[in-house]
Amino acid sequence: MPNNNPLPNKERMKILRQHMPERPADVRNHDFLEVNLGFQSELAKQEALRCIACAKPTCMHECPVGVKVREFIDLILAGDYLGAAAKIREDNVLPAVTGRVCPQEEQCEGGCVLGKKGDSLAIGHLERFVADYEQKSGKLGLPAIAPPTGKKVAIVGSGPAGLTCAGDLIQKGHRVRVFEALHELGGVLVYGIPEFRLPKDIVRQEIDNMRKMGVEFETDVVVGKTVTIDELMQEEGYDAVFVATGAGLPQFLNVPGEHLNGVYSANEFLTRNNLMRAYRFPEFDEPVYDCRDRNVIVVGSGNTAMDAVRTSKRLGAKSATIVYRRTEAEMPARLEEVKHAKEEGIVFTMLTAPVEFIGDEKGWLRQARCQKMELGEPDASGRRRPVPIKGSEYLMDCDLAIIAVGTSANPLIQSTTPDLATNKWKYIQADPNTQRTSKPGVFAGGDIVTGGATVILAMGAGRRAAASVHQYLTTGVWETSIPAAETTTHS
Amino acid sequence: MFKILSTRQLATGIKQFVIEAPRISHKYQPGQFVILRLYDRGERIPLTIKAVDPQAGTITICVQSVGKTTHLLNLLEPGDSLLDVVGPLGKPSEIKNFGTVAIIAGSVGTAMAIPTTKALKQAGNHVIFIEGARRQDLVVLEDEIRAISDEPYILTDDGSYLEKGLVTHKLLQLLDSGRKIDFVLAVGPIPMMRAVADITKTRGIRTVVSLNSIMVDGTGMCGGCRVLVGNHSQFACVDGPEFEADQVNFDVLVQRNSMYRDAEHKSLDDFLANPERELALVRESCKLRELEEHAAVVPGGPHAK
Ligand SMILES: Cc1cc2nc3c(=O)[nH]c(=O)nc-3n(C[C@H](O)[C@H](O)[C@H](O)COP(=O)(O)OP(=O)(O)OC[C@H]3O[C@@H](n4cnc5c(N)ncnc54)[C@H](O)[C@@H]3O)c2cc1C
Ligand SMILES: Cc1cc2nc3c(=O)[nH]c(=O)nc-3n(C[C@H](O)[C@H](O)[C@H](O)COP(=O)(O)OP(=O)(O)OC[C@H]3O[C@@H](n4cnc5c(N)ncnc54)[C@H](O)[C@@H]3O)c2cc1C
Ligand code: FES
Repeated sequence: MPNNNPLPNKERMKILRQHMPERPADVRNHDFLEVNLGFQSELAKQEALRCIACAKPTCMHECPVGVKVREFIDLILAGDYLGAAAKIREDNVLPAVTGRVCPQEEQCEGGCVLGKKGDSLAIGHLERFVADYEQKSGKLGLPAIAPPTGKKVAIVGSGPAGLTCAGDLIQKGHRVRVFEALHELGGVLVYGIPEFRLPKDIVRQEIDNMRKMGVEFETDVVVGKTVTIDELMQEEGYDAVFVATGAGLPQFLNVPGEHLNGVYSANEFLTRNNLMRAYRFPEFDEPVYDCRDRNVIVVGSGNTAMDAVRTSKRLGAKSATIVYRRTEAEMPARLEEVKHAKEEGIVFTMLTAPVEFIGDEKGWLRQARCQKMELGEPDASGRRRPVPIKGSEYLMDCDLAIIAVGTSANPLIQSTTPDLATNKWKYIQADPNTQRTSKPGVFAGGDIVTGGATVILAMGAGRRAAASVHQYLTTGVWETSIPAAETTTHS
Repeated sequence: MFKILSTRQLATGIKQFVIEAPRISHKYQPGQFVILRLYDRGERIPLTIKAVDPQAGTITICVQSVGKTTHLLNLLEPGDSLLDVVGPLGKPSEIKNFGTVAIIAGSVGTAMAIPTTKALKQAGNHVIFIEGARRQDLVVLEDEIRAISDEPYILTDDGSYLEKGLVTHKLLQLLDSGRKIDFVLAVGPIPMMRAVADITKTRGIRTVVSLNSIMVDGTGMCGGCRVLVGNHSQFACVDGPEFEADQVNFDVLVQRNSMYRDAEHKSLDDFLANPERELALVRESCKLRELEEHAAVVPGGPHAK
């Protein structure tokens, strides 16, 4: 492998990790513009110099889709940013997205040897840098498209899993059509993750690229309602279907008072703001709770909770608080989000769980009855279980409470496709290598199979599904590890 | 995009649209609804499908002007298009032979109740239809009601047309005169549905109401449409919109529907100050979408469907 790094390893390790330029916390927490400004080429080169080009790159190993980190870093050092972007695209078709939202500390950067002694290489920031450079240059080399095979593939859901699969299959010469329930394409990337973390233009550009490659998109189609999978295959002639519908069903706490005005699921709060742009009301028609001078709590501690709490702050909340039943060490959110949230004035109230919401005589939320917790023995997930402390209940003032404790599978498709095997949580069963389901010709991947996970894992599933669909379409052989569904268990 | 093929003014502030929506027309069952969006800054609102013509690939909806979006929609004419229409959503109505059914509808609820009424009639029921309107100019679809029911009653609150009185009075009158009613469907303003529920509950008549909670996606994704039914949270868009009346907590429905009152008033006032401007935005949005749809390159030939 070429090596464009002029420095000896010792010198490389003396360079400190470059900081991502950010907009000041007390400015950005009043608007929805992007927080991170991105590396300029000087910073990027300086950071890239820190890579010691390990013979066995653990960074690449820790990446769920195996991005060739060492090689793209080397191309940055050679000044070939477009080449670096192309190198990433070999394994990851949405680098401008993942560079911004991947939990790098658990993946590539978590595997980086530099991290053992000091700070790991800022791989995410570098990925973002080359991806943005490529988008701005307008020189995205669209991949070659194989001659038409005459086969048709339907993709259900336009989140990262569906988009990745579509992008791969179109290159193989298949005809690909993506069906999306909402009016906008992108899945969680558009309705969940806010503009200040992932500008929607980035997602739109990626989708435009796919359009140019020939992928067809049809919005406003709820598969299972507007058309069923069987109809797609039998009446509209699709030879294969990839189901990538995500885990969109919101979970509530099931405590008294959850119907009060002012209690939202994170999905609703974020959808109103991101998909419907309620933060720009009245320019946009969709309203959302007027947070100005209000006390807001967000229950949960994942990326969704951070996105919701930071959104409420931007909408003018007097106080914006994360309420979580464990401690900071157990919080699943990306480290950077927690750091940004703290800088922006978000309060973190740990070891606390609401047990009741209390409203005024008109049904508007005013307080949450909260219970203090302590950590007990580890549970099945390996995290220490929160145990309520007797007699610790107290009242917390709040006008808006956003529940961000997770999502589950939306059963719309499963309930109209009885021969699609699901597990007891209604997630679709798919082979982890081939993404094949129990139903011939039908593949599934992303959050609808794994439960809420990450963008990059969903993309990985989309890519495996594309390879497997292609194999099925070219050989005609259907083999799957998933046993037939017991049709009687479905209602 | 979804072309408007024809429109008809049904009453003051209530308009009927026939819209090109082939997929929806093929899958529709009575009781289901669509969600639509008019332009790129618009909200998504739910509207009941009143009829479909699968051969022509069309659906019919009836809209009463209440706030900004419905006012704006009611300005559209044949030749205009709707940017987004998604459906059919929600659970279909339960259709079977109950015996004698009473359909009780107020204002635009009449249009919403028609498809289920037709299906109940076809299933062999004796159909009593009680339509209520505040005034003569708000009475809708009288001919259709007369054609699909065995016993049509049309009332106005102020007596300006036909019988004077409330739909609940008529229901009570029938029950007090000893009429046996086996099933009631009430569709209309919340106070009306609640009053009907109160009457039928004490008499043990099974009653279903169609709940108009505020919706966003309509697919079970946000939970904004949740209603309290039998003290459990249910999502009106996927578990409903029809629910057993005696289980419904109407207070919570009224309270949740008031959530955005201030914003709704502001939107409507701003809109009424300059409706032409918004109408132009709607038309521009549709033009842009048309260009986008034309620009989409399809390698394998023209769009299949
Ligand atoms: C608020 C929030 C923040 C997050 N932050 C991060 C982060 O920082 N980093 C990270 O890695 N991950 C993050 N995640 C998780 C990540 O976004 C998901 O794991 C990922 O998007 C899953 O991709 P997917 O393609 O499986 O599904 P989704 O992105 O959920 O897309 C599914 C799509 O299918 C559509 N659909 C559903 N049902 C139907 C149907 N019946 N017919 C047609 N279309 C249908 C949906 O409308 C949606 O557009 C976050 C999630 C949320 C909610
Ligand atoms: C399943 C269902 C079927 C419906 N069918 C019809 C129909 O066939 N014809 C018809 O005229 N109306 C119907 N409605 C009501 C219609 O959706 C509302 O009148 C419309 O959303 C109001 O929008 P607006 O912007 O004009 O008014 P707004 O100013 O937004 O609101 C005015 C009133 O409408 C209610 N409302 C506001 N937004 C929504 C929303 N997204 N969903 C429901 N209610 C809302 C508010 O509580 C308020 O009282 C139906 C509602 C539901 C839930
Ligand atoms: S409208 Fe969002 S869940 Fe019903």
